[in-house]
Amino acid sequence: MSTYSEEHLVFLKKAKRRKRLIILTQILIIVVFLAIWQLLASFKLINTFTFSSPWDVVQTTIQLAKTNQLWNHIWVTVYETLISFLLAGGIGLIIATILWWVPFLAKVFDPYLTILNSLPKVALGPLIIIWVGASVNSIIFMALMISVFITIINIYNGFISIDSDYIKLLRSFHASKKEIFLKLILPGNRTNIINSLKINISMSLIGVIMGELLVSKQGLGYLIMYGSQVFNINLVITAVVILGIVSYLMYYVINWIEKKSS
Amino acid sequence: MKPILTIQHLTKNYHDKKSEMTAIQDISLDVKENEFLAIVGPSGCGKSTLLSILAGLDTASKGKITFGKENLKIGYMLQKDSLFPWRTILENCYLGLEINHNLNDVTKKRVIDLLTTYGLGDFMDKYPDSLSGGMRQRVALIRTLAIDPDILLLDEAFSALDYCTRLALSDDVYQIIKKEGKTAIMVTHDLGEAISMADRIIVLSKRPSKIKTEYVIEMKDKSTPINNRKCPEFSIYYDKIWRDLDVHL
Repeated sequence: MSTYSEEHLVFLKKAKRRKRLIILTQILIIVVFLAIWQLLASFKLINTFTFSSPWDVVQTTIQLAKTNQLWNHIWVTVYETLISFLLAGGIGLIIATILWWVPFLAKVFDPYLTILNSLPKVALGPLIIIWVGASVNSIIFMALMISVFITIINIYNGFISIDSDYIKLLRSFHASKKEIFLKLILPGNRTNIINSLKINISMSLIGVIMGELLVSKQGLGYLIMYGSQVFNINLVITAVVILGIVSYLMYYVINWIEKKSS
Repeated sequence: MKPILTIQHLTKNYHDKKSEMTAIQDISLDVKENEFLAIVGPSGCGKSTLLSILAGLDTASKGKITFGKENLKIGYMLQKDSLFPWRTILENCYLGLEINHNLNDVTKKRVIDLLTTYGLGDFMDKYPDSLSGGMRQRVALIRTLAIDPDILLLDEAFSALDYCTRLALSDDVYQIIKKEGKTAIMVTHDLGEAISMADRIIVLSKRPSKIKTEYVIEMKDKSTPINNRKCPEFSIYYDKIWRDLDVHL
């Protein structure tokens, strides 16, 4: 540190102050939001029966935690999401590789992939339940249907957008297809694959919640569904808030892995 | 002396849905060992196609290519350096050796020596994005030389660089090629580059390409490319080839 010039120290100080200011502002926003919500509720300007209040959410959370249900519900949702995420990531990578390897297949399956990807998967919900059964499996299947096609398409598009001059270079060294894949396509797509996984985890979570809304006995989606059926808005909002935190944490973990691996 | 490369009656046709096109028509050509041959011609005349075929990246429709040596290795240097951004300079230079399964202590040392000799020793562990365009292209040359090719193909290798870097680098590359005793075939649209570097120049005609004229470049004070540009013969050749090319806008 001592080797830095005066000017550089000032620069570092400024950068640090700026970062702190951003975090402070972020905290301020959530505090103000919660305060206004709480005040409106306390002074009965909004109906807590339909809008709940931060305090009620805290109470509900504590209650759920006491009866041990909270962690169970969170775990079920996280577990289903992770399974779907891993399956979609694995299957996506394998199928994208096959499509890259055999351009004929890529051409043949292009319209089918597009249809499968753009089809609103919730429409398949009832069918999935009939085929797979009203179980955790159908929730994972649902999530997989939502996340896998977009993962295949994204990874494959990354594979084929590698600069053709790079391929020409490798071919001038008489590289085989396998070598082109291992030395160029895969390492050249690191960022693309990680970005696809980021989309994949959000998609998996969306699919899991959708599945849980349709058919489940556990999970955060179940809590939301159950809460709305018995008109317990506290429970619904609590589940939504926890879901927000969970999804943020999952995204954060992927970001962290990305930083670690670079 | 037996030529290192003989091309006989080479023809290349391209096909697409609407038409068929002849890019190269009946080209025959010998290249001697240690010769620096330049091929010039109007743009789109099939110069690069010729190199692609020689490098084995493309196939000829007709004709025969014979090499004067068994297991002859060909190095191909492109206009773009195509250095992999996720590999260090040294790792980039190892690429060809890795693919040929020939990366060992001896070849590794040779690459390191090449990099050191040609002023890139301090950059071996850096990544390509920290290098200037001229340096990157020099790395690309060493990546090509790493596999110890017998013939070096240069496809507009300097065209992406700014004028000054280009002059300096062509001087560098010329000396590296001569010092390493390589045979080189260079395709370029830059007449000055061709005349100042080559021992012999082939002028191709417009599509379908045929050999129009051939010049053996002789200069009284022939030395390095930059100096050759100052020779009185330089402008004479320039004038002749320019007329051969018959450029109309």
